[in-house]
Amino acid sequence: MVKFILVRILQAIPTLFVIATLTFFMTRLAPGGPFDSEKNIPDEIKEKLEAHFGLDKPLHEQFILYIGNLLQGDLGPSFKYMGWEVSELIAKAFPVSAQLGMLSLFTALLIGLPAGIIAALRKNSAYDYFLMISAMFGICLPTFVLGPLLILIFSSWLGWLHPLGWYTFSDMILPSLTLGLFYGAYIARLTRAGMLETLNQDYIRTARAKGASPLRVVLRHALKGGLLPVVTFLGPAFAGLISGSFIIESIFFIPGLGRFFVTAAFNRDYTMVLGTVLFYACLIIILNLVVDIIQASLDPKSREK
Amino acid sequence: MLLLANRISLGTFHVIKSFLPWIKSNGNSCNYVLIGACLVLFSSCSAPSNVEKAVDEQILHFGLGSEPQYLDPHLANSVSAHNVIIALIEGLVSEDPKTLKPVPGVAEKWDISEDGLVYTFHLRKNAKWSNGDPVTSHDFVYSYRRILNPELASQYASMLHGLKNARKYHEQGLSWEDAKVGAIALDNHTLQLTLENPTPYFLELLNHYSWFPAHPSTIEKFGAFGKQGTAWTRPGNYVGNGAFILSDHKVNSVIEVKKNPLYWDAQTVTLEGIRFYPIESADTEERAFRSGFLHLTQTVSPDRIDFLKANNPDLIHFESYLGTYFYRFNVEEPPFDDVRVRLAFNLATDRQAIVEKVTKGGQLPARCFTPPGTGGFSPESRFRFDPQKAKALIKEYLDEKGLKSLPKIELKYNTSEGHKKVAEALQGMWKSHLGAEIQLLNMEWKVFLSTIAKRDFALARAGWIGDYVDANTFLHMWRTGDGHNNTGWSDARYDELLELAAQESDTQKRFSYFEECEKLIAENAPILPIYFYVHVTLRSPTVKGWYPTLLDHHPYKYVRLESIAGNN
Repeated sequence: MVKFILVRILQAIPTLFVIATLTFFMTRLAPGGPFDSEKNIPDEIKEKLEAHFGLDKPLHEQFILYIGNLLQGDLGPSFKYMGWEVSELIAKAFPVSAQLGMLSLFTALLIGLPAGIIAALRKNSAYDYFLMISAMFGICLPTFVLGPLLILIFSSWLGWLHPLGWYTFSDMILPSLTLGLFYGAYIARLTRAGMLETLNQDYIRTARAKGASPLRVVLRHALKGGLLPVVTFLGPAFAGLISGSFIIESIFFIPGLGRFFVTAAFNRDYTMVLGTVLFYACLIIILNLVVDIIQASLDPKSREK
Repeated sequence: MLLLANRISLGTFHVIKSFLPWIKSNGNSCNYVLIGACLVLFSSCSAPSNVEKAVDEQILHFGLGSEPQYLDPHLANSVSAHNVIIALIEGLVSEDPKTLKPVPGVAEKWDISEDGLVYTFHLRKNAKWSNGDPVTSHDFVYSYRRILNPELASQYASMLHGLKNARKYHEQGLSWEDAKVGAIALDNHTLQLTLENPTPYFLELLNHYSWFPAHPSTIEKFGAFGKQGTAWTRPGNYVGNGAFILSDHKVNSVIEVKKNPLYWDAQTVTLEGIRFYPIESADTEERAFRSGFLHLTQTVSPDRIDFLKANNPDLIHFESYLGTYFYRFNVEEPPFDDVRVRLAFNLATDRQAIVEKVTKGGQLPARCFTPPGTGGFSPESRFRFDPQKAKALIKEYLDEKGLKSLPKIELKYNTSEGHKKVAEALQGMWKSHLGAEIQLLNMEWKVFLSTIAKRDFALARAGWIGDYVDANTFLHMWRTGDGHNNTGWSDARYDELLELAAQESDTQKRFSYFEECEKLIAENAPILPIYFYVHVTLRSPTVKGWYPTLLDHHPYKYVRLESIAGNN
C-alpha cells in the first residue's frame, strides 16, 4: 500500500509539470495581456510596465524563471490584485470554497444516497419514477436558475435568509443547497444504478437466505458494493466542489476560489491562472488517490491487483 | 422503508453535531437544542439589514462593481479605484458636491498669475496625514516626481504633462533637476506649479487621482517610489490624508474605510465609515440592494430598467454621465475608406430610436461627439438622420465603383447584452436603408482590445468617458497618431486647431476652435456617434448629500444617512 501511494505521488510530478507547461504557454497564446485596458498607454510605458513584471523577457526565459520560482513554492504576484501574492489569495479563498464544497457535498449525499437506495429497492414503482424524474430535473436545472429561484423563495418571499454574502452560518444554507441539489441528483442516479447491480448478485441472495433482515442486507451487504460508482464520481466531484464554483460564488457574492479561477483568465492575470490551475490539479491528484484507496477497501478485487 | 429513513436522519443528526460541536448530546434534549439552534439561525436573519442599521451607525454600504486593480493613486486606472481613493486621499483642491467646482482642499487658497501659467497654492497648516505627519508642499512635489518617474510606468502619468517640462522628465530621460519640472515647494506650505499652457480647467484636473499626494516615508518604507505592487496599499500600511482611513481589505469581498479623526475637516464628515463591495454581477447587486444590504448599486442590468422604472421610480436614478457611446470606422479599408459610405452610415442611423426603443435609460442621442454642455461647450448638432440622402450617397458610391451592393461588413463589439442589442438595431436600420449586410461579431474584452489596437476591424464599438469636464478630453483623441484614435483618420487642420485651443486662454476663442474640430469630425465621419451615456443606479432614499454629477464623483464628506419619515 505504501509503495502504491509513493508511486502515485511520483507519477504526479511529471503530470503537474505538463499541466504547468501547457497552461503557461496557452495563457500567453491568448490575445491581449494583463495590462491592456481601454486607456491606451504609449508603447514605451507599456514596455516599462511589462519589464516591471519580467514580461518583456523571451517566453522560454520567463518559463524557466517561473518554474524555478514554483519549485521554491513561489507562485508570484497577482497582476490584477496589485500588492497581493497569488499564494496568499489562494490561501484566503480556498477555505471559503472548501467550506462551501463540503457543506454542498454533505447536502448532496444526504439527498442523493437515500433517494437512490429507495429507488433501487422499489424499482419501477411510483417512488422510483418520482425520485428519478426529480433527479433528472435536478441535473437539468442549471445552478444559475436554481440559485436565484431559491433566493426568491427563501429571501425575497419568506425573508428568512440573506440573498448574498458569506458572513453568518445562515448565509451558507442557500449556496450549499443550490450546489448540493445538483450533485445530489447525480448521486441519486448513480446510487440507484450501483445498488440495482449489487442487489442481483448471488451474495445478496445468500445473505437474504441466511435470514438477515432487509435493513441489514441493504446497509451491510448491498451498500458496500453499490456505492462504488458513487465513490468514483465523488473524487473529481469533490475536487470540483471544494475548489469553488464560479457561478454560485458570483450569484451569492462569496469570496471563494471559483471567482479567482475564472476572472483570472478574463483578466489575463497569468500568475493567478497558473496558480489556481496548479492548485486545482494538485487537489484532483490527491483526491483521486484517496478515491483509489477507498475503492480498494470497498472492493476486494481491486485490492488484489 | 420508514425505518431506513429514520436511520438516515439520525445519521444526519450526528453529522450535524460534528459540525456544531457545541450541541451537547444528552439523550432527547439534544433534539430540542438542535431545533432551538435552527430557530436562532433563522430568526437571526430577520435582524435589521445593513441599510436599517446604517442610520444609527452612519456606515454607507456601497456597490463598487469590481475589485480595483490598484489603491495607489499614482497607479490607479479605474472608476472603482477612484471611488475608494477619494475616501482615503485629498488633493490640493476638493470638489463641490453639486457642481464639482473646485473648493479648498489641502490648499486653503491659491493665486493664479495673469497669464494663467503660474499657480501658487497656500497649504493649510492643519492638514495631516493619518499617521499625524503634517501634509507639506514637499509631499506634493515628491508625488509628482513619483508618478512621472518613468520607472513606475504609471498609466495616467500623462495627466501631468500640462506641468512645465514634465514630459522632459517623463519621456525624454532627463533627471528631475535637469528637466526643471514646474513644481516647486517655495516653503513647507507654499507650492508653485508652472504650466506649459494656460489651462482653464487646471483646477478641475487636480481632482483626478493622478494629482493626489502620497505619503513619502510610507512610499520609501515599502520601496514603492519606482515599483508597482508593493504592500504599502494594504490596511495597516496605508497612510492617507483624506476623510477616511483604510481599515480592512478582503480581496473580492469588501474594502472598509473608517472616519479619520485627524482629517482637518473632520467635523464636516458625518459618515463613520464606508464599506465597498466589489459585486460584479448586476443581478446579484440588485438583489443585495433590495434586501437592504447595499445603499447604492454601481449599475442596473439593462433588462431590469423597464421593471424598475414602473415599480420603483423612487429608487432608480438616471444621471447624465460625461461619456459618448460610438462606433469607429477603419478609414483605411474599403468600403469605409470612402467618406460617402461613412456619411451614409451616419445618415442612416436613427439615434432617437436607439435611445427610445433599445437602451431606454434616458440617454440622449449623440448628434455630435463632445457631450453638449461639457465645461460650457455645446457643439452644434451635425449628425442627422436622413435615410434619403444616405441612399443617394451609397448609390453614388456603388455606381462609381461599379458594384451592385456593398460588401459584407463585420461589426465587432465586446461581448455584452447591451452592446448586442444596439448592434442588432443598427444592423436592421442599415439593412433597410442602405441594403448593407452587417455581420455581428462579439469578442471577449481583452481580445477585443487587442483587435482595436491592431486596427483589425471595419466597424467596431467604442465608448469614451471624460477624465475631466472640458471638451479637450474628448477631442484630443482624434489627433493624428493619438493612442486612442485607432481609426486611421488624420487631419492636419484638426491637429492645428487643438494646438491653438491649448494655447488660448480666451474661452470664446477656445470654443470656436473646438467647434471647428467638431465640424471636421462631422464632415469626415471617422466615427459614428450613437448616444451620450447615462449612469443608471439604484439608491436608497436614506442617502442624503448625494447629487447627480457629470463625472459621477461624490465627495463622501458631505454624505449622511437619514431615516425617511413614514418609512421606518
